[in-house]
Amino acid sequence: MNNKKKDTEEVRLMKGNEAIAHAAIRCGCDGYFGYPITPQSEIMETLMELEPWNTTGMVVLQAESETASINMVYGGAGCGKKSMTSSSSPGVSLMQEGISYLAGAELPAVIVNVMRGGPGLGTIQPSQADYFQTVKGGGHGDYKMITLAPASVQEMADHTVMAFDLAFKYLTPVMILADGVIGQMMEKVVLPPFQPRLTEEEIKIKCPWATLGKPANRKPNYIYSLQLEAEEMEDLNLRLQSRYRTIEKNEVLFEEFDCEDAEYLIVAFGTSARVCQKAVEMARAQGIKAGLLRPITLFPFPTEQISHYANQTKGMLTVEMSAGQMVEDVRLAVNGRVPVEFYGRMGGIVPSPDDVFEALKKLIVK
Amino acid sequence: MKEEIIIAGFGGQGVLSMGKILAYSGLMQGQEVSWIPSYGPEQRGGTANVTVILSDERISSPVLSTYDTAIVLNQPSLEKFESKVKPGGTLIFDGNGFKKFPTRTDINIYRIDATEYAMANNESKTMNMIILGGLLKVRPIVQVANVLKGLKKSLPDRHHHLIPMNEKAIQIGMALIKKVE
Repeated sequence: MNNKKKDTEEVRLMKGNEAIAHAAIRCGCDGYFGYPITPQSEIMETLMELEPWNTTGMVVLQAESETASINMVYGGAGCGKKSMTSSSSPGVSLMQEGISYLAGAELPAVIVNVMRGGPGLGTIQPSQADYFQTVKGGGHGDYKMITLAPASVQEMADHTVMAFDLAFKYLTPVMILADGVIGQMMEKVVLPPFQPRLTEEEIKIKCPWATLGKPANRKPNYIYSLQLEAEEMEDLNLRLQSRYRTIEKNEVLFEEFDCEDAEYLIVAFGTSARVCQKAVEMARAQGIKAGLLRPITLFPFPTEQISHYANQTKGMLTVEMSAGQMVEDVRLAVNGRVPVEFYGRMGGIVPSPDDVFEALKKLIVK
Repeated sequence: MKEEIIIAGFGGQGVLSMGKILAYSGLMQGQEVSWIPSYGPEQRGGTANVTVILSDERISSPVLSTYDTAIVLNQPSLEKFESKVKPGGTLIFDGNGFKKFPTRTDINIYRIDATEYAMANNESKTMNMIILGGLLKVRPIVQVANVLKGLKKSLPDRHHHLIPMNEKAIQIGMALIKKVE
């Protein structure tokens, strides 16, 4: 949802998946490890086609499975390298153990999930039903993952760069939670500028914890998530929780459309938000004061902003390509002050703007 | 200006690439564009479709339920999309193999027998460009010069010698399309 007028010289037309691959190379990613699955296979295909090992030296490797991919990411991240993987829903389920380990070991990594319909092997069509898995912790233990929800091809590129920055800032895995529409759609994009990969010397300064070989003048670095002493394990948990509170304070991102005077607020992310924006246009054309709030970060969630709109609106509608997951966080933010209704489609069906407009009218009648 | 287009037909008719050429043409004239294919199992032998939006303003939903223009290249696509053309909108069909024809009276209907022409003249590779030419005759949403620029941008260098052939196909399509009264 990028409205900046871009210089036509540098504007390119590409799929969301391709934009991620280009952005990864350009932001100095050191390694990509993945296993193909629709609807995100173009990420690895594009990387293989661009052959960045000949230019920036970035490693691109097709692993034997998703489980192997995420553990290769763990290894790369342990060396302070910018490491990433990508998959789609069933593949990301296989990665959950590795993600929990990354969080427990306080390692920076970027994981892309281009969601498809589930449960099970499901369908290859777009879905948003992995919201709970991503923001409530699909793996075990008390961890959180910063989660970015792109809604355009431009954001697929921009969020790749941002995800690495956040991962290294907070030493945590970061998820880019997209869906099949954003992955497969072509739109205009301006790619980020090239940043060189860090040298080993630069990594040693930036990541003193990295396991890059022990010099004589310091103690060994260990990277693990096992603490047999409960007190030490609680210390790690307290440290993580305090970091998550800082993230909640500093990193919330959202976008608003026609919210200033809105009597009815739609809350939606990713592709659903694009569809809802059109529904808001339809409502405004009929004199209905509707607005849209689009969370860009799903963790941290824009709780405060949604709570603020509970004071000015008569009702809210959450729209998702799922049975209703984010709606729970919207209801927590609103805390019963106004009705929060839900409209969703499942299993790979994308709601149409007409469907959303009808759901909005039902909310208003109530 | 905003044009919401669906192009639908059998896999292999060049539906997705026709959409891509339109999108690139829009890019060349500095418009906002979106291109979203049906990437499901239907593209493997069944029907394929692509939604293309060209707009002077920012594009909200790339997924639509009604269209300004529908281009349908087979019977199932006509049945699926005829009802989804906005009143006053445009429906273009290639009549090859059709048993049932469009019936609406509140839209502009055009027929272009591109498949028949392409087979008779050994032009099957440019069939989709003939149809694109027909579209541009009745809905001049992009200039032909920008289509050619778009082709240059989207095709690898080794295929640039094919551009004049594609330009000719556009001209043929412009002559071939007929309004159905």
